[in-house]
Amino acid sequence: MNAAPRSLFDKVWQSHVVAMREDGQALLGIDRHLLHEGSFHGFAMLDHAGRHIRRPELTFAVADHYVPTRDRARPIADPAIARMVRLLAENAARHGIAHFGLSDARQGIVHVVAPEQGITLPGLTLVCGDSHTSTHGAFGALAFGIGATEVAHVLATQMLWQRRPRTLRVTLDGALGAHVAAKDVILAIIARIGAGGAAGHVLEYDGAAIRALDMAGRMTICNMSIEAGARAGMIAPDETTFQWVAGRAYAPKGALFDQAVAAWRALPSDPGAAFDREVTLDAGAITPHVTWGTSPETALPITARVPEPRGAQAGEIRTMLDYMGLTPGMALQEIAIDRVFIGSCTNARIEDLRAAAAVLRGRRAVVPGLVVPGSTPVRAQAEAEGLDRIFREAGLEWREAGCSMCVGINGDLLAPGQRSASTTNRNFQGRQGPGARTHLMSPAMVAAAAVTGRISDVRQLQEG
Amino acid sequence: MATPFTVLTAAAVALDRANVDTDQIIPARFLKQPRGVGYGQFLFHDLRAGEDGFPLDAPAAAGAAILVAARNFGCGSSREGAVYALVDGGIRCVIAPSFGDIFASNAAKNGLLTIALEEARIAALLARLTAMPGSTMTVDLPAQRLTDPDGATCDFAIDPFRKRCMVEGLDDVALTLEYAAAIAAYDRRIATEEGWRIPQPG
Repeated sequence: MNAAPRSLFDKVWQSHVVAMREDGQALLGIDRHLLHEGSFHGFAMLDHAGRHIRRPELTFAVADHYVPTRDRARPIADPAIARMVRLLAENAARHGIAHFGLSDARQGIVHVVAPEQGITLPGLTLVCGDSHTSTHGAFGALAFGIGATEVAHVLATQMLWQRRPRTLRVTLDGALGAHVAAKDVILAIIARIGAGGAAGHVLEYDGAAIRALDMAGRMTICNMSIEAGARAGMIAPDETTFQWVAGRAYAPKGALFDQAVAAWRALPSDPGAAFDREVTLDAGAITPHVTWGTSPETALPITARVPEPRGAQAGEIRTMLDYMGLTPGMALQEIAIDRVFIGSCTNARIEDLRAAAAVLRGRRAVVPGLVVPGSTPVRAQAEAEGLDRIFREAGLEWREAGCSMCVGINGDLLAPGQRSASTTNRNFQGRQGPGARTHLMSPAMVAAAAVTGRISDVRQLQEG
Repeated sequence: MATPFTVLTAAAVALDRANVDTDQIIPARFLKQPRGVGYGQFLFHDLRAGEDGFPLDAPAAAGAAILVAARNFGCGSSREGAVYALVDGGIRCVIAPSFGDIFASNAAKNGLLTIALEEARIAALLARLTAMPGSTMTVDLPAQRLTDPDGATCDFAIDPFRKRCMVEGLDDVALTLEYAAAIAAYDRRIATEEGWRIPQPG
């Protein structure tokens, strides 16, 4: 008898269920736990309960959220931040956890670092006290963000109680057009299903356009699953994945790697696997996208106009237009910007920096801005390729790796009322500083905005 | 461990906004502080600073412990500080058409009850509470029943595990440790059959 066809999610989920309760809760084994400075709440709970870390060898700590992106030779100026960075190092040392601190050559944004070091692998469960943990689903892992109480629970037990989520498959048929990036794909998906549209679901991205993406593009897409409300997004592993993982520091080697690849080849969803919901998009119809409001669901094609406050959501639209300082009906390409930001766990990998540099090469930015690589290895690679020079010659600042202006808690901020073109994941009110206005777009689109000083269509700039 | 949640009768306040993300509930810059400083002072900090007449600041809303909001409340960042801010700010229950998954999970672990009701019922509640902020409502978790300001009741659904943890104030870790034998068997299986899952430094 043939077993019922299973999805990628089903397979990873089932291989991690340790126990099931009658009330539907599953005790799930966790393969990797990533920590950052903000994890101090979890450590405090663990200490308070007098518990220890059960599997320190599965736990990795990286300083990223609060770290300065310049003057790293000097002590951290903000005493509260200095304390948090020190506390992470101390907690890691005390519990025997691998720690990539501020002066470590592997340091960077946790969701860039873990794949880079081979900590992230297909078929694993991976958690971190950060909602963009969904990034790691690009490898065919089940990866999701958790809160501090769950961090403490995973530290103490290496397990989590979870109810089986529903599944939603997003299929992208066809091929992406020139200058259309993974970021445009995920913004189009979020616009289609809404900021809460995938709540309670795990997303699987599939189809020819997904298969054609490199790992950086797949990570960009899975990264923003949470902006559609899904705690996790997944892409089936394939040759692209295996080649990317091979030889990385913590990845299996030799016979163990062969054994792993054999297991990973069995992970893709079986033909006929059931999903609770299905959405299909034509990749060829996706154009560069930009957000106009204060939710990622407000993404529109670059050729569109800012909406009028009409219909059932008129009040919501008016509030967003007011905050963003926009006139109803104006063209997106009329919006002038004050600054650009290229960085974050969404778009600060080497491929992202190359895409931005390709637009900026030989051009000048007419607004100031930051380029913050996703990790120290990405920074080194970019410098080896001369990308740092392109950014500097364009007039942008080339910084050290961290979350920086994506979350704005290390001091890299917009001034109140300032407007950014940003490669980040959230355009929430105040996200890049109190009163700041954020427009989300791809690295190439941010570079185009930097050159023209307004939101622009990179296709026109590059093709004339 | 969170305070057990049974029956709550308290003033309710409307926040008629969709997609209230956890950055609005507590801006990230306040998360550096330990919980002990009291997170209630950070609740909706920038919204309250930026607008006159924020619903929670209406005199009639003083002492409100129930918040009614529009769809996708608590979306965005996983920061548990958003739940601390609500709880330390006196809120024990949030009612909305839908919630961010991570927020709802964090809430349950800190004694903050999240109740999802259909849009139409929420719209009526929002209208009622906007007209009369601070009206009293009752939430009976063991009976899974809500009584609105007019005395009308409706039942609500909740995950049975979440309910039990909240009503009894259960500690998850202690519960997990009861499964020690199953956990040991699982670990043995990984070590013998799926060694590739273990990180291979060097």
